[in-house]
Amino acid sequence: MNDDPLIRLTDVNFAYDQRPILTGINLVIPRGKVVAIMGLSGCGKTTTLRLIGGQIRPSSGRVEVDGQVVHELDSDGLYELRRRMGMLFQFGALFTDMSVYDNIAFQMREHTDLPEELIHDMVMMKLHAVGLRGAAGLMPSELSGGMARRVALARAIALDPMLIMYDEPFAGLDPISLSIVGELIRKLNDALGTSSIVVTHDVQESLKIVDYIYFVSAGKIVAEGTAEEIKHSTEPYVHQFVWGEPDGPVNFHYPAPRPYGEEMLAGPGKKQVWW
Amino acid sequence: MNRATIDLWVGAFVAIGLVSLLFLALKVGNLAASSSGETYRLQAEFDNIGGLKVRAPVKSAGVVVGRVADIRLDPESYRAVVAMNVESRFKFPRDTILTINTSGLLGEQYVGFEVGGDSELIKDGAILKKTQSAVVLEKLISQFMFNKAAEGGDGGSDKK
Amino acid sequence: MVNALRRILEALGRRVTGRIWRLGFAARFLFATLLHSGTALKRFHLTIREIYFTGVLSLIIILVSGLFVGMVLGLQGYDTLQRYGSTEALGILVALSLVRELGPVVSALLFASRAGSAITAEIGLMKATEQLSAMEMMAVDPIARVVAPRFWAGVISMPLLAALFSAMGIFGGYLVGVQLIGVDEGSFWSQMQASVDFREDIINGVIKSFVFGVIVSWIAVFEGYDSEPTAEGVSGATTRTVVTSSLAILFADFILTAFMFRG
Repeated sequence: MNDDPLIRLTDVNFAYDQRPILTGINLVIPRGKVVAIMGLSGCGKTTTLRLIGGQIRPSSGRVEVDGQVVHELDSDGLYELRRRMGMLFQFGALFTDMSVYDNIAFQMREHTDLPEELIHDMVMMKLHAVGLRGAAGLMPSELSGGMARRVALARAIALDPMLIMYDEPFAGLDPISLSIVGELIRKLNDALGTSSIVVTHDVQESLKIVDYIYFVSAGKIVAEGTAEEIKHSTEPYVHQFVWGEPDGPVNFHYPAPRPYGEEMLAGPGKKQVWW
Repeated sequence: MNRATIDLWVGAFVAIGLVSLLFLALKVGNLAASSSGETYRLQAEFDNIGGLKVRAPVKSAGVVVGRVADIRLDPESYRAVVAMNVESRFKFPRDTILTINTSGLLGEQYVGFEVGGDSELIKDGAILKKTQSAVVLEKLISQFMFNKAAEGGDGGSDKK
Repeated sequence: MVNALRRILEALGRRVTGRIWRLGFAARFLFATLLHSGTALKRFHLTIREIYFTGVLSLIIILVSGLFVGMVLGLQGYDTLQRYGSTEALGILVALSLVRELGPVVSALLFASRAGSAITAEIGLMKATEQLSAMEMMAVDPIARVVAPRFWAGVISMPLLAALFSAMGIFGGYLVGVQLIGVDEGSFWSQMQASVDFREDIINGVIKSFVFGVIVSWIAVFEGYDSEPTAEGVSGATTRTVVTSSLAILFADFILTAFMFRG
């Protein structure tokens, strides 16, 4: 197996309009591992995934996937690369006008000329892997949240990608579905020999399944390490995050223009009169 | 819904759409009448064409034989030159007189052919000079009134 | 005072440049759609599927409205024409007003509110639920796979729907005029045939409806694709589709009529 990492981000900056989202990101995803990127909502995790998928270009720095610089590829090269990536979107993003079966067959039909019998076998194989072979005929609207997530997972692995990206795979799931999905992520990664990136803020579940963790806060990587290291980290931000403490380096209060006492004395003022 | 059912519906939709287009073309429009083949062009000069318009019918004995193609003013003679496309299967003698008529009292105006007896036929591109101008209603009425008034005056003097 | 005035002018300027920017983006989007139409035409079943959703599902509203509009034309036309004793011209009146104007325009307005809004809402929701992003990540171009088939389905459906509307309306006028009121059937049809010209009236009507089809489909797919990926964004985009395409239809109708029927 190739030893250099599958993904390497070097000094990546990204700004939306003038607002910096990511600053100086250095990140390495080795082959065959499950790596988590953690942080609060809006800290730039999903942006990182989009950079790797080539949906956006960094303002500066390099994004390399499998030796190719993503933001220097033309659209054909980018599409070629994306065929070897699978992505699970936050709420599944299943195509609502197609059945479960057609959702999973979608890429096979778009990108290959395989006969329908072969596609059938492959679809059933993927569905069996996530335990939903019986749901092949259902429409996405008939699925529960957990099932939809698993179908999306089956769709992400439809073409046996070298990399699977998960955007908040645990969001909004009940505890049972949550552990099913978690276990699937680990198992599929090992069975298919792919690499996985899990973007999440669900600490407990991801600590169980991932090999390595990056912590992102305000567009910067503030901590990294294996699951064990992270659990016993003394870094105050990581500590607050892992143990879910309400106050710490991440403030409970949203920044206000003036101190509390002053606000109370000032009264409603002019801006309250809206009519 | 599977693909075959959708194809069936769409096929039916396209079919009835085309049928209604055909209905418009044949039953409502005059596709069958107007496009029946070759035409030849002839021109005629009129003193006054009244309200004649391009695409007005050209009729002989009340049957449509062609359409007005173009109307312009001859800058030298100050007469109106009307160009017509007439169906090739209808040939007319050279001394045919062209008149501008009105269908009904207020109806549209058309060019009428009054067929003569010459054995020689009109050729393609010919310019006909034997024409009768449109009847302008206002003129007719004022003429009528004028005559009546004159008549009345004369009658009075006669009796005396 | 001066400041307030400046603020107003600035806001106005921002709105205007915003509109122009959007128009430019829409034009670029139309160009991209045409450029990526290969898939929609090669794998034509994708477009057929959308013709089902835009064309076939609009059939009922088009047929019923066409019938009623024609019947009203028959009644009103008869009422006016009989004052001048020329009720036999009823066929001309009904046929010309339908084929030239009402057929293309009213069916395009109905199409915009029935199918255009549905297209916008569907594409908008696909965007809001990240289906378009997912497609992009699967190396499938959403413009080729989602937008172009819907665009072409609208362009193909519109002239057929307009023809159906006109035919249905003439039938409605015939029902009221001939069957109900008793205008002479022979003169109803023969007068109509003598005055309705195939090229001048019917072909021009079809050209109109084709242009309207392009306009409505373009606005519908663009508003959907450009909508804010939220519930309010999609509902706003749907409203904009109906309003913008109705205005655009009427404006384009004026321009086209001025060009077509000047003589």
